[in-house]
Amino acid sequence: MLKIENLSVEINGKRILHDLNLTIGPGETHILFGPNAGGKTTLLMTIMGFPQYRVTQGRILFKGKDITRLTIDERARSGIGIAFQRPPVIRGVKVSDIARSCLQGKEDGKVMETVAAQLNITELLGREVNLGFSGGEMKLSELFQLAVQEPALTLLDEPDSGVDLVNIALVGNAINKLLQGSAGLIITHTGYILNYVNAQKGHILFKGKLCCELEPQKLLATIQEYGYDKCAECPKCRNSSL
Amino acid sequence: MTRKDLAQKAITKPSPLGENIDLEAYSPDTQEKPYIPNPGNLTTQEKQCMFKAGVTPDDRSQKAATFIQMDHSVIHSSTNQDGLELSSTAQALKKYDWLDDYWWHIVNVDTDKFTAYTELYPNNGYFIRALPKTKVTQPVQACLYLSHNNLAQKVHNIVIAEEDSELHIITGCTTAPMISSGLHIGVTEVYVKRGAKVTFTMIHNWSPQAVVRPRTGIIVEEGGIFLSNYICMKPVHSLQMYPKARCVGENAVARFNNILVAPAGSTMDIGARIQLEAKGCHAESISHAITTGGTIFSRGYISGSAPDVKGHLECQGLILCERGTIHAVPELEGQVSGVDLSHEAAIGKIAEEQLQYLMARGLNRAEATTAIVHGFLNVDIDGLPPQLSAEIKKAIESSEKGLF
Repeated sequence: MLKIENLSVEINGKRILHDLNLTIGPGETHILFGPNAGGKTTLLMTIMGFPQYRVTQGRILFKGKDITRLTIDERARSGIGIAFQRPPVIRGVKVSDIARSCLQGKEDGKVMETVAAQLNITELLGREVNLGFSGGEMKLSELFQLAVQEPALTLLDEPDSGVDLVNIALVGNAINKLLQGSAGLIITHTGYILNYVNAQKGHILFKGKLCCELEPQKLLATIQEYGYDKCAECPKCRNSSL
Repeated sequence: MTRKDLAQKAITKPSPLGENIDLEAYSPDTQEKPYIPNPGNLTTQEKQCMFKAGVTPDDRSQKAATFIQMDHSVIHSSTNQDGLELSSTAQALKKYDWLDDYWWHIVNVDTDKFTAYTELYPNNGYFIRALPKTKVTQPVQACLYLSHNNLAQKVHNIVIAEEDSELHIITGCTTAPMISSGLHIGVTEVYVKRGAKVTFTMIHNWSPQAVVRPRTGIIVEEGGIFLSNYICMKPVHSLQMYPKARCVGENAVARFNNILVAPAGSTMDIGARIQLEAKGCHAESISHAITTGGTIFSRGYISGSAPDVKGHLECQGLILCERGTIHAVPELEGQVSGVDLSHEAAIGKIAEEQLQYLMARGLNRAEATTAIVHGFLNVDIDGLPPQLSAEIKKAIESSEKGLF
């Protein structure tokens, strides 16, 4: 589904990702761990095609096609979707307006209403997007938009951060449902999301490089025990040239 | 000194704001137009122009009253509701002696050459009055139409919402499509009495060479609410207005919402001047301004001279072109302790972050821009009846089509 080959990425001339390789098969969900400022968000944003993340080397293949030079919207329309960690407020643009755009004329509003009811956010549909949303509402609104969009590859940036204990189940179950028909790449610090989704592989992104690949629960347990300090001693990570 | 004397003295007095206009460049007179009992019989072209200014001559059943003035002639005036009075101001002045107490009572006759000119050479205008406790829930529509090229139209309007009444007015000002230039001066004095509510929605649809100088004053008494919505999204050579609202009774409210789009060649100098003079008064002035090449001055002034008053000014500006000007000029003046006055302004291009957010949902850059601009202009305005809200949205959407 997704194949990243020798990818190097810069922001404002500063190299963030270095010679990174990653393959996600159809229906697979991968988890991305790593210390702050390690490049996790950069990887997601680069896959989505945000131009401030400049690819200096390598390529990104999606469904076998090289998408490295495609714009954000071209990637979205080809089947990549992202839930933002801190989405912007857009005054006057309602959640339902965006959802209608996500549908791209595929279906009428019924789909939208059904999905909104499942996520218990019907009340949010008529509100200006992200304006005065609580942390939980923001996450659910992002997941709602993705559920309507139905991407083949779902990118989630810390979907479990800032969500209270009641809403985490709602968020977790929504993500699980979203990933039923989709491949996924999820950033998490807490690992709460692992209680809800069936993820096959976990990676540590350390200093701009993927250096471990393990079953996610095991990886999380190791991180919880040793922190990321151990990564610095790991030969795989030490090989990182950053 | 009589009003006429004051006006004579001020006939060359320039306005401190806006381009100085030579009144003699416009013809003062034109021929009278006949009265039309059914404005549905106006030409399609005339009706289309009126529609763009939010006035629907065909659909009068959904309106509490309809007033249409073409050039200097009142061509239609009718009401559908008891307790609601509508006529030309000339007629009303003949009918009511007491109206003299309301005439040039809020707006000074010698404010500038435009008010002076209107006093010396008046051409009608509307008189709208809701009797005490009358709730006029359907909008009253009033249209001021310029059909004669290079004409100076000078109207003097009076609105009175008597105690505990409610009035929703849509006033549409427009020029005929073939008009290349013209001058419109509209003096409007609005009285919101104790416990009354007035919403005053003005939609302008001028021609690129038109010069427009509204001179508006409002007095809001105890517990009264005045809500103004002003929409101008079409080219106009020079438009300058700075309506002044005085909240004189306790807990009076005045709110202004301006939606402005200035294309190249247009200068719009718009503001709201609000004086909070009694305890617990509340004011707000919010402008959403877009330039696509023109110049917008967005002014605001709120003063608080009584305790527990609250006022907020806001200007949101979008520059959707390489060169265009939005100039926000907010002023706040607190005169006693216990006032709470604030302002906020932001001017720039559309945030890249917002565009990219929508693009990540599959909209291309042009679609995302349209969606953001649509949202920017369609900010929900509280306090309007649903029908009026829908009509404003319709007017904005029809103007938006010309934006891209």
